[in-house]
Amino acid sequence: MSAQQALVAAGSRARPAPRRGALREALTGWAFSAPFLVIFLGFLALPILASFLLSFTNFSLGNLVDPFSARFIGLNNYAKLLHDPKFLQAALNTTIFVVFGTILNLAVGLAAAVALNRGITRFRAVFRVGYYLPVVSSIVAIAVIWRFLFNADFGVVNGVLSMVGIKGPDWLGNPTLAVGIIVALMVWRNFGNAMIIFLAGLQGIPNDLYEAARIDGANRWQEFRSITLPMLRPTMLFLTVLTTIGFLQVFEEPFVMTQGGPLNKTLPISMYVYQQGFNFFHQGYASAMAYTLFVVIAAITLIQFRLLRSET
Amino acid sequence: MSVAAPVRQASPAVAQTRPEPSSPGRRRSLGTWWVYVALSIGLVFLVGPFLWMVASSVKTSAELHHVPPTWIPQTFTLDNYATIFTKLSFPQYFINSVIVATVVVASNLLFCSMIGYALAKLRFRGKSAVFLIVLATIMVPQTVYLVPLFVLMSNLGFVNSYPGLILPFAAQAFGVFLMRQFIQGIPDELLEAARMDGAGEFTIFRRVVLPLLGAPLATLGILIFLGSWNNFLWPLIIATSDQMYTLPVAVATFSIGQNAVDYGLLMAGSVVLIAPVLLVFLLLQRFVQQGIATTGLKG
Repeated sequence: MSAQQALVAAGSRARPAPRRGALREALTGWAFSAPFLVIFLGFLALPILASFLLSFTNFSLGNLVDPFSARFIGLNNYAKLLHDPKFLQAALNTTIFVVFGTILNLAVGLAAAVALNRGITRFRAVFRVGYYLPVVSSIVAIAVIWRFLFNADFGVVNGVLSMVGIKGPDWLGNPTLAVGIIVALMVWRNFGNAMIIFLAGLQGIPNDLYEAARIDGANRWQEFRSITLPMLRPTMLFLTVLTTIGFLQVFEEPFVMTQGGPLNKTLPISMYVYQQGFNFFHQGYASAMAYTLFVVIAAITLIQFRLLRSET
Repeated sequence: MSVAAPVRQASPAVAQTRPEPSSPGRRRSLGTWWVYVALSIGLVFLVGPFLWMVASSVKTSAELHHVPPTWIPQTFTLDNYATIFTKLSFPQYFINSVIVATVVVASNLLFCSMIGYALAKLRFRGKSAVFLIVLATIMVPQTVYLVPLFVLMSNLGFVNSYPGLILPFAAQAFGVFLMRQFIQGIPDELLEAARMDGAGEFTIFRRVVLPLLGAPLATLGILIFLGSWNNFLWPLIIATSDQMYTLPVAVATFSIGQNAVDYGLLMAGSVVLIAPVLLVFLLLQRFVQQGIATTGLKG
């Protein structure tokens, strides 16, 4: 909260009782909130709760017409998850995407932000806008472009390799390479976002600190290690939360580039939820899977916010 | 979101396009040439695929499959665009995307600023509960509610319809934060003065509050537009026939369907999908990046 906002907040607390009745103000408040709340509760809050209930039922295609005809089966769906090799594979894949993706996303985003903030003085806007282009572009279109670039037979990557006499691999047909390319695409598309948030954080670091360090004879690396990194800790934790949550839901990249293959090695949880819920119509089972993902996300968020709070 | 506070305070500086005069980098401008080189190489890798997309979309099929690839199209052709706009239903997909994005943006601008005003400036019982519920859902992944949302839509008869495509995105939580945040900054004295003059709350909202929200509404509108235009998973589920496809669903479906290797058509489709967004972004990028720094969320 800025100083101005704090003053405003203090002012409103000291404000005398409103001229018109409190009831009238309350009714107005609800009237202003109602349109948003009706849509929000009906199409977001209600489905979130319903998903929890669905996950304890055997809901499937036949129950679509009459949702209340589904049978309650306790924790069976959750028990089944633990013995579903495809789910376990998807969980492992998602972990790989998230861990490598998040680390690289923050590293590249930070490097770009530091370079833009202190490394150069001209053309900043050009680089900032250029690096940000993929963030606003449709991930579907980008994944189609990347699939074309990495096409084994006539993709530009193998075309360039063949010019120097190397026969390029079938990038998306090889499980390990396909995972690598999907992680690379996730970082390529998202690091501009991290960069912008890091830039905002960097500009909040007082210049005096750098001046003082310079007087003490610190070099650039020492400045980075002892000033920039510690001062960016809150920003970094915040970005870790955002990126982790985002990448846990990765869907489009594998959907367009590999459809989860080869051998389910690029199948993320969200895509398996989609398959179970909308291809096989096991809605109950899909909900259990989705809620498991949700609990993981909630736990990670809570832990990271707790860390953040103890920082600030 | 208290966590965003350090980010938020610095946000005006992000929007700045000219170099900061007090920047220490200026005094060290010698010896930074390699930073420019590294950043430029990065720029080639980031912008290159977009240029490749455009170049490929105007190549003939024979040239697309040529090894080694040609950098500049040898024979310029618009056949790919002609095909997607006449033989495939891209005009319909484009219109669908525009309709959905327009309604979603309009309803968020109106409803988020209304509830934002109530949460920021009016006192009523249950206000903090409302705010907490909205806050609690902001981090809930879409995957969690897709299945029951589809069940709900099919019982309402909204599968494969505009309401089905629009309603789940017509009231987005992060818009409430953004609007509440900005409306809190409006001095109470302004509103009190209007009340003294006998203005009702709706008049105050329309005549006093809304005119002060130009920049925040632009930011919110752009972020919601980007999100709606690029949205994929829900439209993929709810649009069950070709007639209701939005552009991302159409491109993705073609890319894994019968046109899977017709990269000329796919690149032309991708240009149609990406171009409007790049246009909006390049014209209004100040608002976009400001919005990111303010909310910490991407569009």
